[in-house]
Amino acid sequence: MTKTADAPDRPTRRRRGTVHVPTVTLAHGGGGSAMRNLVDDVFVSAFDNPALDALDDQARFGLTDLGRFGDRLAFTTDSFVVDPLIFPGGDIGKLAVCGTINDLAVGGATPLYLSCSAIIEEGLEMDTLRAVARSMAEAAAGAGVQIVTGDTKVVQKGTCDKLFLNTTGLGVIGAGIDLGAHRCRPGDAVLVNGLLGEHGAAILNARGDMALSTEIESDCAALHGLIAALLDAAPGTRFIRDATRGGIATVLNEAAEASQVGIQVTETATPMRDDVKAFCEILGLDPLYLANEGKVVFVVPEPEREAALGALRAHPLGREAAVIGRVTDGMAGRVVMDTVFGGQRIVDMLVGDQLPRIC
Amino acid sequence: MKYVDEFRDPEKARALLREIDRLVARIDICRRRPVSLMEVCGGHTHAIFKFGIETMLPDAIELVHGPGCPVCVLPMGRVDDCVALAEMPGVIFTTFGDAMRVPGSRKSLMQAKGDGADVRMVYSPLDALALARKHPDHEVVFFGLGFETTMPSTALTILQAEKEDIENFSLFCNHITIIPTIKAILDSPGMALDGFIGPGHVSMVIGTRPYRFIADDYRRPMTISGFEPLDVLQSTWMVLKQIAEGRCEIENQYNRVVPENGNRAALSAVTRVFELREFFEWRGLGSIDHSGVRLRESYAHYDAEKKFSVPALRIADPTSCQCGEVLKGAIKPWECKVFGKACTPETPLGALMVSSEGACAAYHQFGAIRRQHDKATRDDAA
Repeated sequence: MTKTADAPDRPTRRRRGTVHVPTVTLAHGGGGSAMRNLVDDVFVSAFDNPALDALDDQARFGLTDLGRFGDRLAFTTDSFVVDPLIFPGGDIGKLAVCGTINDLAVGGATPLYLSCSAIIEEGLEMDTLRAVARSMAEAAAGAGVQIVTGDTKVVQKGTCDKLFLNTTGLGVIGAGIDLGAHRCRPGDAVLVNGLLGEHGAAILNARGDMALSTEIESDCAALHGLIAALLDAAPGTRFIRDATRGGIATVLNEAAEASQVGIQVTETATPMRDDVKAFCEILGLDPLYLANEGKVVFVVPEPEREAALGALRAHPLGREAAVIGRVTDGMAGRVVMDTVFGGQRIVDMLVGDQLPRIC
Repeated sequence: MKYVDEFRDPEKARALLREIDRLVARIDICRRRPVSLMEVCGGHTHAIFKFGIETMLPDAIELVHGPGCPVCVLPMGRVDDCVALAEMPGVIFTTFGDAMRVPGSRKSLMQAKGDGADVRMVYSPLDALALARKHPDHEVVFFGLGFETTMPSTALTILQAEKEDIENFSLFCNHITIIPTIKAILDSPGMALDGFIGPGHVSMVIGTRPYRFIADDYRRPMTISGFEPLDVLQSTWMVLKQIAEGRCEIENQYNRVVPENGNRAALSAVTRVFELREFFEWRGLGSIDHSGVRLRESYAHYDAEKKFSVPALRIADPTSCQCGEVLKGAIKPWECKVFGKACTPETPLGALMVSSEGACAAYHQFGAIRRQHDKATRDDAA
């Protein structure tokens, strides 16, 4: 199936502007030709699709076309303020595309269209901005999603940090799919699709404050393909959520609370790289709360557990998938962990962030 | 993970727990009431909750979470002084992260930062000194906090600042010493502790000798412990063994790190730079003689309390707060009037709710299992 936003009927393709200065200035946000050139040079040429090329105030979608993907729209938005802009395993652009795609996909939606709003601090290198836009374009093309509308603002130095992005996503949910945090039942299995905590550790390490040398990379990835495969194999799946800020601990608590069930997690079953574990040990961080950008928590009915695990492991983004626990009729709203040492502890919600500005 | 997994081996834990059960059967006290052991150090409290050690121990053992979390015992007036320093124009105020949320009488450092003060988190006093080098036009103040564990690194930073002739660096000194505090707890009325799990990293600096009075004068056994869960469990077993055998000694379970005589280089830096204060105010415990240190006169130009004018007001603990009773082991955290109601990790009233090493925060975050268990036991008894 093709998915193309309506391209206005124009006879010839217009000539795109270019920017010849090395940094973004306030003039690029002024609404005049400098801004037009910036938008053309950086965003329109990278995203390269007819809907955007027209530079109308909105993208337009045919309802009939959307209807071919399912019977409900999914609509989500997310802002990205990560520091540093470029980090091992990704950059703010890839994050902004994958993050919003994942927010659609965990609701069972096929992601179709994204918007991109950029708030740029004056003085940002033009090449950095171009690299971020190219990265967004690559991530979107890889995921089969189009970036069809956007906005650009330039603000004075000191009023934002280099670059903030916002992406809004539109997707369509297939008929019969009904996922929700309130649907977990005692006996259900809890799964994750791979190694935990990599994004949070990679960002913290990339800031360089810790002077630790590791090879940890962000796990940033678009997961709609993996989630679609899982839903095919385990159609009774109750709940899916990406474990971003607050890590899997937060997602599990949200599920336990919404469903008023207990969740029992086994520490030794949570998949984690040794260097992420070591990183957390040294810095006193709890990896359960570390952010992920390519890891999802799944709650599936017990009879579908093995099918779900098999489907995840068969996908390139789920090779290290594992069953990490189960839903219980124990303490309602609480997540309890069997520790590696043989004791038990409560895994609570975090009050604040362990680390600021990780996405 | 090497050097970590060995100390978290559940097989060895089970073997130790069997030994502990055997000891408990031999201890007379346990026939009348639970034997009460205080882990002095906040690092141990954290390990006990993180690994669920309390849920593994028999009911006949009660762990009392002591005062060894420097953030937790910081009085409100000192936090106010921090905020006042941080809000002075031209000051960059540097602090360890866990002190950011401790409530002052007006606001915390986190709130002061939100209001525009230049407050920065650092991981070492040397990071603060580096900021002073980088910003010669600013006054960089380091919030020195902690027991003998962190004292040497602060002392060495002062010596380094002197060597480099850095003038825009100063220390707001809140370093405290553990020995007078243990003594104050032992002297407090109604003290009902049967033994101690002794601090590990403090002892790495001061050695094992300074604790002898606990065994000699107060007839209580102590085992200095490491911070991995097997360390804590083995130390618990060692203290219980002393109690069962009627011995009172200062034993060293953490001998891979703690030498009998401490760390000579660290102690010499500390004594060169610091001297004892006549007294220091502790949250919940009140004023304790000789329990804090300050910079010696020869380093007074690095002393933020002398360099700047700080309010230095004594602010009484909130009356509803029972941090002191919790610290002394007189009540359990959840028996405090405001626990989980007016005082939560989001809006802490008492400092024990702030730091992850604080007993109340640990119970709030990790401890509901033990609480349920205790309640069930009490209900059964009733």
